[in-house]
Amino acid sequence: MATIELQKVEKKFAELHAVKPMDLTIQDGEFVVLLGPSGCGKTTTLRMISGLETVTGGKILLNQRDVTWLHPSQRDIAFVFQFYALYPHISARDNISFPLRAQGESKEEIEKQVKEVSALLRIEHLLNQRPGNLSGGDQQRVALARALVRRPAAFLMDEPLGALDAEFRESMRAEIKRLHIDQHATTVYVTHDQIEAMALGDRIVVMSEAVVQQIGTAAEVYYNPANLFVARFIGSPGMNLVTGHYVDGVVTIPGTQNRFSLPVGWRKPVDETLKESKEIILGFRPEAAQLNNAGKLSGEVYASELQGAFAVLHVNVNSDDIVHIRTDRVINYPIDTVVHFDLNPEMVRFFDPQSEAAIQPEVGA
Amino acid sequence: MSNLELKQITKRFPGVTALNDVSFDVQDSEFFILLGPTGAGKTTTLRVIAGLERQEEGTVLFDGEPVDNLAPAGRDVAFVFQQYSLYPTMSVYDNLAFPLRSPLRRTPEGEIRKRIQEIAEVLRIPHLLERKTAHLSGGEMQRVSIGRAIVREPRIFLMDEPLSNLDAKLRESLRVELQHLQKTQGSTTLFVTHDQIEALTMADRIAVLNLGRIIQIGTPEDIYDRPVTTFVAQLVGTPRINLLKSNREDSTLYIMNSDLHLPSPHEYTVPGEFLLGIRPEDILPHPEGKFAGQILLTEPLGVQTVVHIRSGEQTLSSLIPGMSTLKIGDNVRFNILAERLHCFTLDGKRVQR
Repeated sequence: MATIELQKVEKKFAELHAVKPMDLTIQDGEFVVLLGPSGCGKTTTLRMISGLETVTGGKILLNQRDVTWLHPSQRDIAFVFQFYALYPHISARDNISFPLRAQGESKEEIEKQVKEVSALLRIEHLLNQRPGNLSGGDQQRVALARALVRRPAAFLMDEPLGALDAEFRESMRAEIKRLHIDQHATTVYVTHDQIEAMALGDRIVVMSEAVVQQIGTAAEVYYNPANLFVARFIGSPGMNLVTGHYVDGVVTIPGTQNRFSLPVGWRKPVDETLKESKEIILGFRPEAAQLNNAGKLSGEVYASELQGAFAVLHVNVNSDDIVHIRTDRVINYPIDTVVHFDLNPEMVRFFDPQSEAAIQPEVGA
Repeated sequence: MSNLELKQITKRFPGVTALNDVSFDVQDSEFFILLGPTGAGKTTTLRVIAGLERQEEGTVLFDGEPVDNLAPAGRDVAFVFQQYSLYPTMSVYDNLAFPLRSPLRRTPEGEIRKRIQEIAEVLRIPHLLERKTAHLSGGEMQRVSIGRAIVREPRIFLMDEPLSNLDAKLRESLRVELQHLQKTQGSTTLFVTHDQIEALTMADRIAVLNLGRIIQIGTPEDIYDRPVTTFVAQLVGTPRINLLKSNREDSTLYIMNSDLHLPSPHEYTVPGEFLLGIRPEDILPHPEGKFAGQILLTEPLGVQTVVHIRSGEQTLSSLIPGMSTLKIGDNVRFNILAERLHCFTLDGKRVQR
C-alpha cells in the first residue's frame, strides 16, 4: 500500500498559478478528498500526482520514493475518470481484465481476479455484456473494477460520480466508501460536491483559487471552517454569515435591535483580532438556531421550505442578510411573520471581515 | 393572473404517447410543480399549454375558457427556459424592456422605465441594468430571464427547469428567491423539474408525472408523507426511503431476511406479503432501542449523518441529526417509528389511506 506526500508542489501555466505551492501528506489507507469549485486546482493536483501533468515546482513522494519525474505508468497508481473510459466493442469482462492481460498474467490468475472483483462490485451477471448495454451506474462499476483489479498502490478518482443521476450517485457513493473500508487502498478523490466530500473523506482538502483553504475531517471543516470561503462552501445551505457591529463583547446587527453577547472564551481573541475595528462577522450553522418566542434575536420570514424530514426557514434579519434556520417541519410561517430565535453558544463562530479568517476561541472554552 | 385547467389531455408523437389522459388544475396565484424523471412528459405538458404543441385529445382552459384554438401569442403566457434566451448584445434594461416594446403592446417608455425599476428591485438587479447580458454570471442571467417573463404581467408563468443549469449554491439561493417572488407577486406559476428537492421546497402543490401519466397530485406533505406508489415514495426524499420485502402473520409484520418484526398497524389491513417503506429519519438509533443491528457504514453530511445499519441480510439507512459518533462495525440498537410506516402491495400501490 502507499503513502503519498506533496512537498511544495505547484503548477503554473505561463504566468497563471493553477496550484500554488501546497503541502499534503496522505497516510497509508487514507481516503483524502480534494474539494472545491471548478477552476480551484483540484484536478490539476490529482493529475500531478498521477503524472499526467508535470509539476512546475516541488516534489511528489510515493512511499517515500521521489516519483516527481516518473512516467505515469511507473507510478503504480490507478486512475478512475468521471467518464467511464471503457472500450465499447469488448465485454465488461474483457474491459476488466485488460490491465492484467497487458501485464501478461496467466489465464487462471486473470479469471480468479476478475471473479473476485466482480463479486465485490456485484457485477458478476453483467460480465458478458458490452458497456453500451449497461446503465451509467453499472458502467462506472465496471470502470472501478478495472481500476481495482490492478491492485495498485493508490487510487486517484476524478469526479467518478459526476456523470451519474442523483439516485445512482447516492448508492454508488456508499459503494465506493464500502469498497474503501474493505480494501483500505490509499485514495485521492476529486469532487466539487461538498456532500460527497464529507460523506467519503477521512480528510478533506478544501481548495479555492489555486490555494488550499483548509485540510481537516468532515467535522472540522463543518464546525470549524478556517475562513469565510470554507464556511460558505461547506453545508447546504452554507453557514449563516451576518455582518455585525462589535463593542465591548456585544455584537449588534446594524439597523436592528438584534444583539448577541460573545459566549465564554471569545472575548479575548476577538478583542485581540479586531483591535480598533468595529466590524465582525457572526457565523452559525442553520441547526445552531432554535426558534423560541422569547429568543433574543428576531427577523421576518422571507420563505419557508419543506426539505423532507425537516424544514428550513429563511429569515430576514435586516435588509442585507437572510439567515437560514433549520426547524421541525410542523408549522407554516407566512411571509413577513416575525420570528424570534436563539443561538446555541457552542455552535457560534466569528470571523474577521478584513482577513476573512476565522477567529479561534480560547482553548478549553 | 389566471387559473389553468387541463382536461384529459392526450398527446401522441410517432410511436409514443407522450401524455396519456393528463388532467390537473392550477389555481390563481398557485405555485404548481410538475415533478418527474426524464421522458415523463413534463416539457410536452408546458408546450401544449403554451400552444407550441397541439394535443390529440382534451382541452386546455384559462379562467374556464378553452384556449385550444388560440395561437401561442394569443394565450399570453410567459416561458422561462433552462437555457437563458437573452439577447447578448443588448443591455439588461433593453432585454427587460423588449416584451413591453413589442408592436402588440406599445407601452409608453415612461411606464416601461417604472415597471423595470420595480422588477429590478424585486430581483435585486438594479445595479446590472446597464450591463450587456453577455457579461453576466449564470445566476444573474437567469434572474434577468425571470425578470423578462414577469415584466409584462402574463396570465400564467411556465418555467421549464430554470434552475438546473446553475451550480448547487446558486440553485439553492434562487430557489428561495423564486418562491418569495411568486408568493409576493401572487403569480400563477407552473414549474417543471426532475429535482425532488425543488418540488418539495417551492410548491404549493405537486403533480408527479411518469411515462405520460399523472401518478399523484398533492401538497409537498401529501407527496412525502402519503406517497400513493413506491415510485413516488422513492422519487422524493434523500436518502431514499427503505423498501423492504415483508410478511404479515396475524398481527405481526416480519421484514424478510432480517430479525426485525413489528406489530401490525390497527388502522388498515396489511396483505400477507407486502413492501414495507420506512423513511430513513424514522429509524432512530437509541441505546435502549427495540431492534439490534450492526453499523455497516456512516456518511457524515454535516447537518446530519446517514447511517447504514445491517440487520440479518437487510441494510437499512437511517438519518440522524448532527455528526454521528457511531463507528463502522459497532453494534447498535434502534427504534422504528411505527406510526410512520408505509405499506405497499407487491406491485407498488399504497395500502393505507
